Amino acid sequence: MKEVLSGNEAFARGAYEYGVKVVSSYPGTPSTEITEHVAQYEQIYSEWATNEKVALETVIGASLAGRRAMTCMKHVGLNVAADPLMTVSYTGVNGGLVIVVADDPNMFSSQNEQDSRHYARLAKVPMLEPADSQEAKDFIGVALDMSEKYCTPVLVRSCTRISHSKSVVKIKPRNTPPVFEPENDIKKWVMVPANARVRHKVVENRLERLSDCADTGRLTLNPVEFRSEEIGIICAGVTYHYVKEAMPEASILKLEMVYPICFEKVKRFAEKVQKLYVVEELDRFIENELKAAGIEVQPLNRSVCGELSVDEVRKLFGKEVKEPAFDPKQLPARPPNMCPGCSHRGMFYAIAKLKLFAAGDIGCYTLGLLPPLSAINSTVCMGASIPMAHGLDKATEGAMARKSVAVIGDSTFFHTGINGLLNSVYNAGTSTVIILDNRITGMTGHQPNPGTGCTIKGTPTQRINFPKLLEAMGVKNIRTVNPFDPDECIKVLKEETAKEELSVIVTDKPCIFADRSVIRPPFFVDVNNCSGCTICTRLGCPAILWNKEEKRAFIDETLCTGCELCVKVCRFDAIHQRK
Amino acid sequence: MKDINILMIGVGGQGTVLSSDIVCDVALAGDADVKKSEIHGMAQRGGSVVSHVRIGDKVLSPVIPVGEANIVISFENMEFLRYPEYAGKETSLVVNKYRIYPPSVAGGQETYPSEQTEETKIAFKEVFEIDAMTTATGLGNSKVAGMVMLGKLAALLPFDAEIWRSVISKKVPPKTIDVNLAAFNAGYQF
Ligand SMILES: Cc1ncc(C[n+]2csc(CCOP(=O)(O)OP(=O)(O)O)c2C)c(N)n1
Ligand code: SF4
Ligand code: SF4
Repeated sequence: MKEVLSGNEAFARGAYEYGVKVVSSYPGTPSTEITEHVAQYEQIYSEWATNEKVALETVIGASLAGRRAMTCMKHVGLNVAADPLMTVSYTGVNGGLVIVVADDPNMFSSQNEQDSRHYARLAKVPMLEPADSQEAKDFIGVALDMSEKYCTPVLVRSCTRISHSKSVVKIKPRNTPPVFEPENDIKKWVMVPANARVRHKVVENRLERLSDCADTGRLTLNPVEFRSEEIGIICAGVTYHYVKEAMPEASILKLEMVYPICFEKVKRFAEKVQKLYVVEELDRFIENELKAAGIEVQPLNRSVCGELSVDEVRKLFGKEVKEPAFDPKQLPARPPNMCPGCSHRGMFYAIAKLKLFAAGDIGCYTLGLLPPLSAINSTVCMGASIPMAHGLDKATEGAMARKSVAVIGDSTFFHTGINGLLNSVYNAGTSTVIILDNRITGMTGHQPNPGTGCTIKGTPTQRINFPKLLEAMGVKNIRTVNPFDPDECIKVLKEETAKEELSVIVTDKPCIFADRSVIRPPFFVDVNNCSGCTICTRLGCPAILWNKEEKRAFIDETLCTGCELCVKVCRFDAIHQRK
Repeated sequence: MKDINILMIGVGGQGTVLSSDIVCDVALAGDADVKKSEIHGMAQRGGSVVSHVRIGDKVLSPVIPVGEANIVISFENMEFLRYPEYAGKETSLVVNKYRIYPPSVAGGQETYPSEQTEETKIAFKEVFEIDAMTTATGLGNSKVAGMVMLGKLAALLPFDAEIWRSVISKKVPPKTIDVNLAAFNAGYQF
């Protein structure tokens, strides 16, 4: 049977068809939906882990137990999981172990544009790269076979245009999953120096065997399409389709295993064409590998920033590109914004009012950076807010701690924020940390987390109690505030930042998607009472609009969720609820 | 079959993703190859959403090359202006008359680009203006406006209306099948 599947659905389908038993992941665009789709298969145990390192370690355990296992993450997630990755390369696996990593060329939804292929070389593990949804599914099977045959974890690289594109896939039933005896092998699994020295040699030998690529499972990898003798192009992943469409006359070697590269195959291909080119997205990874191996590659004037496309490839080879029908326009933008009724808004309003420096983190609340709030002053990576506020504190002997806060979401706190807070407690920090607990992982599409009270499958589970947790960690000043009460937020912020001690302020109202029951009848502006003071428009709620002619605020009642925040800031009793 | 490239543009929450999924399933049911690529904003609503749908005997890139869209369908009145690169001289435009004000327009700092919207329509081979919101509210459910738009798109594509109806019935929530089909039919006859 054929279906149109997204790359992410196809990865999940691959896990199902090829007998994966355990999937543990942490959400991150564009990889999130893989694990969400996996969760629909009863036969696979799946979970949201607290972070990518925990997820990878969990599936290493599952592999050791002799079952097939998979973890999925976005590119920056692999930074967090890099520590176990480097050494699971040495231990090798028992049950097949696949790590799907999704890059985001052009940064549609990411904080950087790193190229995950470098991790394959760094960890000395193979990396496969599918070019469409069918291959996304198939390559999970190839990766699992390869993993078991060569005793190695296998990376499968996706990107936004694979994960979030759909194409036709042949659906098959689930294979009987292979089951191996759990391994108890100290020399293989206990990486103390004496054992690791032996395993390092195993790793090097494995790489050599892999790059021979004589047979890598049920698919013959790295196919060649021979056309003209003039131009030969080496490409991989979605770029293959761009190249094929832009350069139908060229001979193509499609690298399906992008690391290690089968140099023999490349050399044979290179001998048959007059000019050899590499067309790849982001870094010159394949190109540099080939050059290091002494293979002559023709230069291309290609940017290592952003995405490729059919047109970009046409331009690289001096072909004509069509004219757009009309010129780009200056248009009013539709920037992302926190939803009407978002439980983060009130706290940012308070932070902005007090002009505090906010060391931010990553989540929906990062949107607090946008005007009119403009209340996030730094964002680096998940978990960075608390240590950065600690650094501000220590560098200025407490001076900046009186004028700054760290702002972090619940999922981000569980991810890596908790380690930073422990450090601040231990090292007698005096900063103020705000945990915006909205009971869900909002940014990536509302996944449950340890503060939600249910698992990925919706089964009820332990829910972390923030005040108790903080108390146990040794935080002395713990305040819980209602973020829909800006006056209270301002008061608590003033009090806690003034203290020369560490403080944690927790907001406790859910995201409108975590608990739909918070949505209530909309509010409206009574024009007779509205003085035109504009204070409510400074909340940045998308439902609050401004009537230029009448110089009065009004509310789009189809957007308003009835959160009452604007009522709290209006000094003229002009905002009322529809009954 | 002849290759068909469709650029589907809307604002988060308008149902463009579901609509483009339906086009894909219809193409597959109609024995064509199909690919779609999508950039949707983050979890919040209100951002620009764009789907590239390509149909043919064998589709390569999931993204439409510059100037090669055969049909641009804009679920909001001005949104098609954001993607000038995909339309060419032979492109048809299907555009909803319905406007969703961007925050800066709603906030009074900028004005809605009505003139630009009108002027730019000339660049297209043909323009179909659909009052999808009025039709949808007439049917008693403003949420099916996207389905009215899809009905018009269906009328321009070489697939049987019956295929569309059966795919739609599978894709929308069971309770809303009737009103969605009514909206589709209205758009189909526009
Ligand atoms: C290492 C890493 N993993 C995953 C992501 C993707 N990501 C961005 S924000 C976010 C979670 C935000 O959730 P939360 O902290 O609860 O804030 P909310 O969005 O709910 O406001 C995730 C998973 C990332 N940027 N970096
Ligand atoms: S999805 Fe939730 S957390 Fe994100 S902006 Fe909307 S209400 Fe806020
Ligand atoms: S009550 Fe006010 S602040 Fe809350 S969603 Fe409605 S308009 Fe926005």
